[in-house]
Amino acid sequence: MSVIIILILASLTVGLIFLGAFIWSVRSGQYEDTLTPAMRMLTDEPSEKISQTKSKLK
Amino acid sequence: MFSQSTTTVARVRCFHCGEPYLDGAFALADRSFCCLGCQTVFSLLRENGLEQFYELNSAPGTRIRAASAAAKWVFLDDPAVAEKLLDYADPARAKVTLHLPAIHCVACVWLLENLFKLHPGVGHSQVNFSRREAAITFAPDKIKFSQLAALLASIGYEPQLTFGETEKAAPAPWRKKAWLQIGLAGFAFGNIMLMSLPFYFGLNSFNGGWFKPLAGFLSLAFALPVVTYSACDFWQAAWLSLRQRTLTLEVPIVTGLAAIYLSSAYDVLLQRGPGYCDSLCGLIFFLLCGRLFQKKTYDRLTFDRDYKGFFPLSVVRLDRAVSPQAATGAPGALRPAEVCVAISQLETGDHLILRHGELLPADATLVSGEACLDYSFVTGESEPVACAVGGHLFAGGRQVGGAIEVETVKPVAQSYLATLWNNEAFRKHSDRDLDSQTNRYSRRFTKIVVGVALAAAVFWIFRDAAKSLKAFTSVLIVACPCALALAAPLTLGTAQRLLARLNIFLKNALVVERMAGVDTIVLDKTGTLTCADVRGVEFVPAAMGLSAAAADWIGSLARHSAHPQSVRIAKSLSFAVLPVVGFAETPGCGIEGEVAGRRILLGSPAWLAKRGVAMGDLIRPAISVAVAVDGKYAGAFSLENSLRPEVARLIAQLGGLFELALLSGDNEREAARFQKLFGDRAILKFNQSPADKLNFIRELQQRGKKVMMVGDGLNDAGALKQADVGVAVVESIGVFSPASDVILDAAELPRLAKVLKFSRSAARVVRAGFVISALYNVVGVSIAAAGLLAPMVCAILMPLSSASVVVFSCGATAWLGRRLQVQRLPVESFVRPDFQPPAFNLQPVVKEAA
Repeated sequence: MSVIIILILASLTVGLIFLGAFIWSVRSGQYEDTLTPAMRMLTDEPSEKISQTKSKLK
Repeated sequence: MFSQSTTTVARVRCFHCGEPYLDGAFALADRSFCCLGCQTVFSLLRENGLEQFYELNSAPGTRIRAASAAAKWVFLDDPAVAEKLLDYADPARAKVTLHLPAIHCVACVWLLENLFKLHPGVGHSQVNFSRREAAITFAPDKIKFSQLAALLASIGYEPQLTFGETEKAAPAPWRKKAWLQIGLAGFAFGNIMLMSLPFYFGLNSFNGGWFKPLAGFLSLAFALPVVTYSACDFWQAAWLSLRQRTLTLEVPIVTGLAAIYLSSAYDVLLQRGPGYCDSLCGLIFFLLCGRLFQKKTYDRLTFDRDYKGFFPLSVVRLDRAVSPQAATGAPGALRPAEVCVAISQLETGDHLILRHGELLPADATLVSGEACLDYSFVTGESEPVACAVGGHLFAGGRQVGGAIEVETVKPVAQSYLATLWNNEAFRKHSDRDLDSQTNRYSRRFTKIVVGVALAAAVFWIFRDAAKSLKAFTSVLIVACPCALALAAPLTLGTAQRLLARLNIFLKNALVVERMAGVDTIVLDKTGTLTCADVRGVEFVPAAMGLSAAAADWIGSLARHSAHPQSVRIAKSLSFAVLPVVGFAETPGCGIEGEVAGRRILLGSPAWLAKRGVAMGDLIRPAISVAVAVDGKYAGAFSLENSLRPEVARLIAQLGGLFELALLSGDNEREAARFQKLFGDRAILKFNQSPADKLNFIRELQQRGKKVMMVGDGLNDAGALKQADVGVAVVESIGVFSPASDVILDAAELPRLAKVLKFSRSAARVVRAGFVISALYNVVGVSIAAAGLLAPMVCAILMPLSSASVVVFSCGATAWLGRRLQVQRLPVESFVRPDFQPPAFNLQPVVKEAA
């Protein structure tokens, strides 16, 4: 049954990766506003907007 | 009564804002608009290729009520003001987060995020829908802050800048932290449970020499950040409550958590067992979920309770050159410069220019102009009060009519309103919250638990000394009152959310509990029970009555004016629109114009008399607007404040359950009418100043009554704050009172009795939740005190108790709420056409978008 130690290590690694991803997503503000992105995706976005917005930010 | 006009006017809806209006005077590109403002926005968007705005939602725009002058925003370019408002600024780039209450649908989000198409100086903009905020990056060298604000205002999204906001509150970082805490607790909970599975099922093949300690130490390691970081707010709260020598619920929770962790560590280190870390993390996880739910509800409903928000941010000050010529205003003299200054910079003796609709920020004397101040914020009287030059004007008055010049006589902070609102007595003491049901129970609970734990320890010392410590800690572990901590916030939070769906907004969840305890209801009259709408407008026939033709003339004239009385008169008449020639409005007096070749005067009797209209000995109604046709008196409109719909039924319902009282700032003219409505037992008081109202509430409270005050806002702010529950009845969310605990959409007033019953049921659900959690505790504590507590029992019993309380609290409250909503009144019938849904109502919007 000592193979269980490999399984535990593997599952813990996966778990910790997801915990890290979760912490990153919270830090980057993805949980700040959960309503507006759902509305934003309903509108068709002209492709020029993205490039224009980005160039303005620079 | 007057005869109705036979001409029917087609009701068209504006393409931009969707409001019905009478004729299509404004049209562009096959679209028709209700006003020039809407048409302007449409053409602006069309020129900039933003027509998609109208495809995303039908009539998504907001009516531009008053063209706001660009000069209104100039104060934003003052570096001192800008510094307070901007999130970030350098010469080339600035970022600001503005509150735009007009955001209401998916089209708004789209338009605001495409703002850069309207002006080259605007960069990225991002909308937070639930907070009605837009974060906008702009280049200050291309577009000034004031121009940005004016641009937003010009397309219907006027930024709401309040004095409170300039002293910017720190952004609440609790969200991020709360999510991290929950995530961590959930992660540890799941992983420790996985490792504990063999112990749950007694799989002895895993009981090898190395597995048990490995699982134990890993559990301890996972649980450590959960206890220290995820639960840190509980530790802080418990420490605070101990320092204040009170026992809040956090104290037994923290004691339980510490007991579980330490005894688990003891078990693992001495290899006695796997410990209780799974239960520990599960408990913290459930607690945090309950708290997040509660906070999210609060967050959606936060409103600025700062009185400063009601004063305008800036005023126009006259900076006179000190020369005698300027002072006398002689021709050729240097014109005094008009400067926009922030209110905080005002000093006594400053000369201010107050334009139509502006609030007077401090007590002042009138220097020049026709002052006509609407003190409805202060006294509740909706009739503007005229004042002669040299007369004293009180802070909080709103100028109606032309611009006036005033000299301030008191500094802003000491003026009447500020004194009223700043009065210490008006602040609701936060320690009143300590008296909540939960805290009363928790004090008793803690004492009992500690008593049982000690008793068990003492008992076992004599029987089996080794078991003594275990029994003591087991009792503390099992008695951890998590279910107790969840019952109240979940029930009250759900209740608060359900009420918010009905446009009834509570300051916080505890208000539900306070509402359940109310036994006396004090109602304000003006603006609460009565409202100014079409009902109550009556034509008093003099010489000729009101013929269809006359209705056409008067209606056509009145629709040109934005004065509330003109609006009411125009709404009450059905008329065909005729062109008006030479329209003129004399502020505070009346309007005139030539309709169908006849000269019509509509205004105060005094004004008509001054214009040479002979009125004879007419019996003047209390509030009246007289009409003259071609210089001859033709009658008058009596504008009664009419009762809101269903008020009589509401009072009958309330009368059976509560003691009622009526307070009014008005005179006793309508005393008999209201005495009949309220019954003989009710107390009716008239001519009440805000201070009188406050004292009345205080007297009731001193007699041991729990008082709910229902008022309309600022004129009874003090009373609202003093009352155990202050309810502000509002027509639109912009005018709510900072002192209230509950904001009630005026259309929902008839439902007040049901809301009160609902809150009483909710309080009963909380008590039932306490009973459930107490039952679990009795079972658990008896097992623990007997010294039989196994990790397995603990792992099942503790999450089960929390989960069942969660299900019961939310389920029972939702069921009660459903009963509340089934009896929904036909709201449509009395919502005013220009009613705007309150800013935080999220429900209908998503549906529209779909």
